[in-house]
Amino acid sequence: MDIIDQSAFEIAKKIKQGDLSAVDVLNAVLDRIAAVDGKPGTLDYDEISKDDETKVHAFITLTADRARKQAELVDARVGAGEKLGPLAGVPVTIKDLFCLKGVRTTAGSRILSNFIAPYTATAIDRLENAGAVVLGKVNLDEFAFGSSNESSAFKPTPRNPWDLTRVPGGSSGGSAAAVASGQGFLSLGSDTGGSIRQPAAFCGVVGLKPTYGRVSRYGTIAFASSLDCPGPLARNVSDAALMLSVISGSDPRDSTAATLPVPNYLEGIDRGVKGMRIGLSPDYMLIAYPDPTTGEILREDLEKEIRDATLHAADVLAAEGAEIVENVPLPNSVFGIPAYFVLSRIEASSNLHRFDGVKYGYRSRDGFGDLHEMYRKTRAEGFGLEPKLRILMGMYLSGEQFSKPFFQHALKVRSMIRADFDSAFNPNGKYRIDALLTPTTPTPAFKIGDVYGDSMLMQYADQLTVPANHAGVPAISIPNGLTSQGLPMGLQLIAPDFAEASIFRVGYAFEQATANADWRRVRPHTLTEIGL
Amino acid sequence: MTEEITPDLFEKLGNLAMLDFDEKEAEYLRMELNHQIKAICILESIVVEKDMPQDVHGVTFCQEYRLPLRADVWIPFDNPDEILAQAPRVEDGYIVVPDISHTDRD
Repeated sequence: MDIIDQSAFEIAKKIKQGDLSAVDVLNAVLDRIAAVDGKPGTLDYDEISKDDETKVHAFITLTADRARKQAELVDARVGAGEKLGPLAGVPVTIKDLFCLKGVRTTAGSRILSNFIAPYTATAIDRLENAGAVVLGKVNLDEFAFGSSNESSAFKPTPRNPWDLTRVPGGSSGGSAAAVASGQGFLSLGSDTGGSIRQPAAFCGVVGLKPTYGRVSRYGTIAFASSLDCPGPLARNVSDAALMLSVISGSDPRDSTAATLPVPNYLEGIDRGVKGMRIGLSPDYMLIAYPDPTTGEILREDLEKEIRDATLHAADVLAAEGAEIVENVPLPNSVFGIPAYFVLSRIEASSNLHRFDGVKYGYRSRDGFGDLHEMYRKTRAEGFGLEPKLRILMGMYLSGEQFSKPFFQHALKVRSMIRADFDSAFNPNGKYRIDALLTPTTPTPAFKIGDVYGDSMLMQYADQLTVPANHAGVPAISIPNGLTSQGLPMGLQLIAPDFAEASIFRVGYAFEQATANADWRRVRPHTLTEIGL
Repeated sequence: MTEEITPDLFEKLGNLAMLDFDEKEAEYLRMELNHQIKAICILESIVVEKDMPQDVHGVTFCQEYRLPLRADVWIPFDNPDEILAQAPRVEDGYIVVPDISHTDRD
């Protein structure tokens, strides 16, 4: 089997055993990057060429020399018989929202286009201490604001390896596209409203939003601090479990990082689902959209292919011995997006105040009369449209007259969403489910340009993922077949706080039960086009 | 509620947010804000129980899984020059910015 088609777990094992060298693995991945990725994203690149349209463009900054030194060190340690970390020699990519010391960290924004991070995020530190080889920084929606990666200031923006005319999803679009096209085995992403799970679903890979607080946010450029969750993207459930085991845990530099011990998430992953109770909810089988005139939430049935695939997945798990519990009510999930508009924008607006051209990042070169003018021009030139929109909405909703009707009300709606999950997962309750099974997204990946510019429609792409962010519970997206157009569909599993092990167990069982399915043999177009 | 975002209000928000816009940008952003407000207003119609708490985040962090807050002790960064090197303009260890506007008091 080709090096790149193996799992991160297998690669790490073979490197440890001396069957593969870390440098050979790195070279194979760099060859893949050269073959499929094309130009990395850069500022002010407006003329997308015909050749650009045939490439993935996952990267903003490729750190090949740095990666080579890391790979050589791993090989030297193998040679010296030293003990190695669980990810030794495994090439990984990092969403460019995480600080990596000495490396440009842009958040996909002009305002940080020249920012060289003076410290490293805890999650990256842990990956590198485990021996992972960091390939570089991959593209994202600007400041993680978006669901398609189209808002990045660094262009060309990533394309979906399954259909290069479509988006990879967002905001961790570069991460999902990189993993799906073999440009690294794992990627570190972030999920605030679905930004790991939705691109994972669109690109046919595994993406996990851990429980809020499971992974330290130190070194993550903040979007909405009560919702942001760093997490893994991988090609299979075991690799996601392996990566989560490495990056999780308490951190004195993040007061919201939980001190709960980190289990070895690979242990017991193959226990199967016999006796587990897996729920289906009618509230996740409808899609909601706002009436353009009144704003009233209208609902209609999910696309038939996605609905059928989700129900078929439940049948697969039932055949493996799980008990499927139908009609689990989560009626307040439908209010997830309106509450998210309020809470995420207020927090984002506050978090983006710090970008003012004073201490770091971009400063306008125009002449200015005073400090306020410098702020205004710097922020006007440095931020793209989506950050400006979110800042303005956040400022508006932060007004004293809106505190009660919106901010406080949204916090209560969050509590109601959380209460629905508590009721569903309550071990003494009526439903007592171990995990909830839902589709990840209401549609497969949409065409580039089709949704961008309509901020409402773009936000509603996250309607099935956002409730888990409000509730703080862990949720994963795993591949669940292809549509009739050959586009990946995602299956979402949601579990109680810190029950990632349950999610992995169910996800692994589903993977094994569908291992021989025809759709698992289909490869992304970007690879088949070049004979891979 | 529902105050539509007028051009005057938009300008006020821009001032608060320390942002400048050109005309085309301003019009697009104002239109999108007004669309979003229609969806946000649905929150007003959601019936919430009187004693429903306001959760600042979903997961309940009990004492058992929280670290104590660190001591309020100043810990210097080991290389302040590295931080200062990030600033667009530095002189003699100070970050240089334009002056604030001064107005004379009557």
